[in-house]
Amino acid sequence: MTRVPSLPRGVRIHDDRVRGVPVLLGPERALILDDIGAAILAEVDGARTIDSITDRLAALYNAPRDEIAGDVLAFLDDLQVQRLLDYAPVTPHG
Amino acid sequence: MLAELTHRCPLSCPYCSNPLELLGREAELDTATWSRVFHEAAALGVLQLHLSGGEPASRRDLEALVLAARDAGLYVNLITSGIGLTAARLDAMIANGLDHIQLSLQGVRAAVADTIGGYAGGFARKLALADIIASRGVPLTLNAVMHRHNLDDLAATIAFAARLGARRIEVACVQFYGWGLKNQAALQPTRAQVDQAKRVVASARAEWQGRLVIDFVPPDYYADFPKACMGGWGSTGFNITPDGTVLPCHAAATIPSLQFQRVADAALADIWYDGPAFRAYRGTDWMPDTCKSCARRDIDHGGCRCQAMALTGDANAVDPVCRHAPARGIVDRMLADASTATLDDTAFIYRR
Repeated sequence: MTRVPSLPRGVRIHDDRVRGVPVLLGPERALILDDIGAAILAEVDGARTIDSITDRLAALYNAPRDEIAGDVLAFLDDLQVQRLLDYAPVTPHG
Repeated sequence: MLAELTHRCPLSCPYCSNPLELLGREAELDTATWSRVFHEAAALGVLQLHLSGGEPASRRDLEALVLAARDAGLYVNLITSGIGLTAARLDAMIANGLDHIQLSLQGVRAAVADTIGGYAGGFARKLALADIIASRGVPLTLNAVMHRHNLDDLAATIAFAARLGARRIEVACVQFYGWGLKNQAALQPTRAQVDQAKRVVASARAEWQGRLVIDFVPPDYYADFPKACMGGWGSTGFNITPDGTVLPCHAAATIPSLQFQRVADAALADIWYDGPAFRAYRGTDWMPDTCKSCARRDIDHGGCRCQAMALTGDANAVDPVCRHAPARGIVDRMLADASTATLDDTAFIYRR
């Protein structure tokens, strides 16, 4: 998984102080983020690959890498289909 | 929250969602009041703001309103026909934090689009603006309002959205309230058109997956169960009209028994939680027994009160679209009457 996920223009994480939760805001969408979703998106910086994000989360939560990999991919793919996330192929030396 | 900043609009679409009695410029809230309302809305928990109209570009202070809304912490969506916007105004709004644009589309052919909009040359101006939006990279949704006269162009409409670089297209079949209801017989798509449209949408979704999101709102008259209007009355959204009247939905003022409040008279939070119009149909207590005991009670939320009002004269009645509604025959008769209309029938009553 050498694709690099990023949040496209018009999609951002909003700290919803009224509900006390982070919310992903995009065009006519507002998704309340649970702890897992928030943790994954916190690693999405437009530079890290999906592999790298998975490694970091597995280390951070001391969890089996295979399990984390499935969660990460399912979550990111779902956002991509909704056009709330873009994938770019990794660029060499980038 | 949908902010109807103005009723003024260069177009005069025969399905306009504005009321039959339009407000003039002199009745409109000023910049400072809208700004206060945006901050009240954010404090209440509103996340998404839709700047709408009429044509919001009819307001000279639109750029300032975008800035005020972002300052309040809202996600700012501009709903526009594109008429009256220039590259300079668009750039000013983008600089002020505009998040997203929803561009309405009356048709993909100038003949249809300009006939529906009642504005010669409107389609060409819209195309020019769409190119400017695309060149700026601001996220774009195309809102294609579909009916008898353009539903057969659906595949071309979706391709048009993709060519413009839109991330989403909303294929919204006309709903029959106010102006739309006056023109229902001329706008109602046939059942064959709707069935074909569903096939086109299914195939296009597969073709464009991951590139273009396609939302489809079929016409509810052909459905067996009513739409979950507003996701439930007073549960997720509200409208504010140009003069600051707070409505549970854009058509709620057609229900004569309801009492509305204005942002000048009460705090938005008090109107939302305790206002008589919001309490009237919130939850399930108001429901007729047919709805209260129905397995779909928490799916449909009792359908649409404005539709019950418009078609039966009783806002408390079962939504007449529902198969269980005593008044379903009214909808079936309207469909039968409309089935004799032809594509040549464009004797619309335009909004004015």
